[in-house]
Amino acid sequence: MGAGHGHKLHFHGHSRVHRAPAHLKIVALVAFMLLVVATPPSWWPAYIGYLLVLVGVVLASTVPPAYILKRMVVEVPFVVFAVLMPFIATGPQVEVLGVGLSRSGLLAAATLLVKGTLGVLASLTLAATTEPRHLLAGLERLHVPQLLVQIMGFMIRYLDVVTDEMGRMRVARESRGFTARNVRHWPILARSSGALFIRSYERGERVHLAMLARGYTGTMPDVRSETHR
Amino acid sequence: MIPVLDVRGLAYAYPDGHQALYGVDLHVHEGERVALLGPNGAGKTTLVLHLNGILVAGSGTVSVSGLPVTKENFQEIRRRVGVVFQDPDDQLFMASVHDDVAFGPANLGLRGEALERRVREALDRVGMADFADRPPHHLSFGQRRRVAVATVLAMEPEVLVLDEPSSNLDPASRRELAEILTSLDVTVLMVTHDLPYALQLCPRSVILSDGVIVADGATYDVLTDDALMGAHRLELPFGFDPRTVRTADAG
Repeated sequence: MGAGHGHKLHFHGHSRVHRAPAHLKIVALVAFMLLVVATPPSWWPAYIGYLLVLVGVVLASTVPPAYILKRMVVEVPFVVFAVLMPFIATGPQVEVLGVGLSRSGLLAAATLLVKGTLGVLASLTLAATTEPRHLLAGLERLHVPQLLVQIMGFMIRYLDVVTDEMGRMRVARESRGFTARNVRHWPILARSSGALFIRSYERGERVHLAMLARGYTGTMPDVRSETHR
Repeated sequence: MIPVLDVRGLAYAYPDGHQALYGVDLHVHEGERVALLGPNGAGKTTLVLHLNGILVAGSGTVSVSGLPVTKENFQEIRRRVGVVFQDPDDQLFMASVHDDVAFGPANLGLRGEALERRVREALDRVGMADFADRPPHHLSFGQRRRVAVATVLAMEPEVLVLDEPSSNLDPASRRELAEILTSLDVTVLMVTHDLPYALQLCPRSVILSDGVIVADGATYDVLTDDALMGAHRLELPFGFDPRTVRTADAG
């Protein structure tokens, strides 16, 4: 974590990538992703070029590559899906180690993997070099609807609070001798999540009261100053 | 002199029919620090929510420095009455300490340098100026409570209403908050179960019990009236005896 500064994905630093305006970084990410997605399969040199660009950005950002690589585990479900494709796709087959694999499945899997990996890598780089609140400010400058930006802001703010609450509930369950080991325990977990939902809902109401108490009228005021952008 | 807080015959029943207040009369004058004591369920929080118009009186009136708490005055009332809620996580909802402190004054229409000055001053008064850029959830609980105080100080309120300011604080944070509160030149109404804290900070105490004010006097006299205390489920913590404590105001 960036010295207690940002979020778990953020790596505190002062590189040029960190200092670049957030809205430019968001536009760059979206443009890059559209380009990657639009590139036809089997244009391998292009993909290698994209990867080199990303590696360049990561190096310039001074974020340790291991920091980003570790966080790429979010891609695992995609990888599993991609690995399955050659087995389930139909069409002409190739023999690999005595197993028949679909040729089109292999190509699709490889493309999916490459595009997915590039996307995850690019997003993680953005997250590692941009504090969440700067991201929000960037989205605002890009004229994303206020309401959406506000919702995202509250989500970022309360994610940790709710995660902590969930952790405390788990500790309290386990302290009374309960650990979820099999499917029969799921109803208990479901009830816990229900309780968590209600608590979060009530917290939402209390937060709203606290906002009203400070003169909230329904639109978020502009609180940023030049020095805090 | 017009009292800062003027509550007359305030009664309120929740929509589900539960009656919480049965005719409360309370006056708080400028510069006073008053403790609002009472057992759980006495209606303390309900009373607080009437002071800035979150709840609207069923009958009776509330006015703040002569301005009645009515819908058309809400914005000015909420500037005049700064409520610090019990859980700082409810009060700090923005992405940074700076933005949270700026939220109130920005709602009042302040921008630019004037807004920045308010934020700086408020954070200075609670000793949190170095934390302006931090996200609130990375602060300790005591620090979050102090920032919560700053969020309302930034609105330059005429009265500061604190709901259980010492709850969940460790002794050092509790003492630091007391030092901050005594250093502020503002009228204070403090809801608390922490009777030593009330004696330390508030020369005057009122007891709210079953929706009415049953006692109003010097904190020392209230806390040493054993019959009164016993009748309203108020107990001094073990080992604490106001008679043996010397404070500037209660001696």
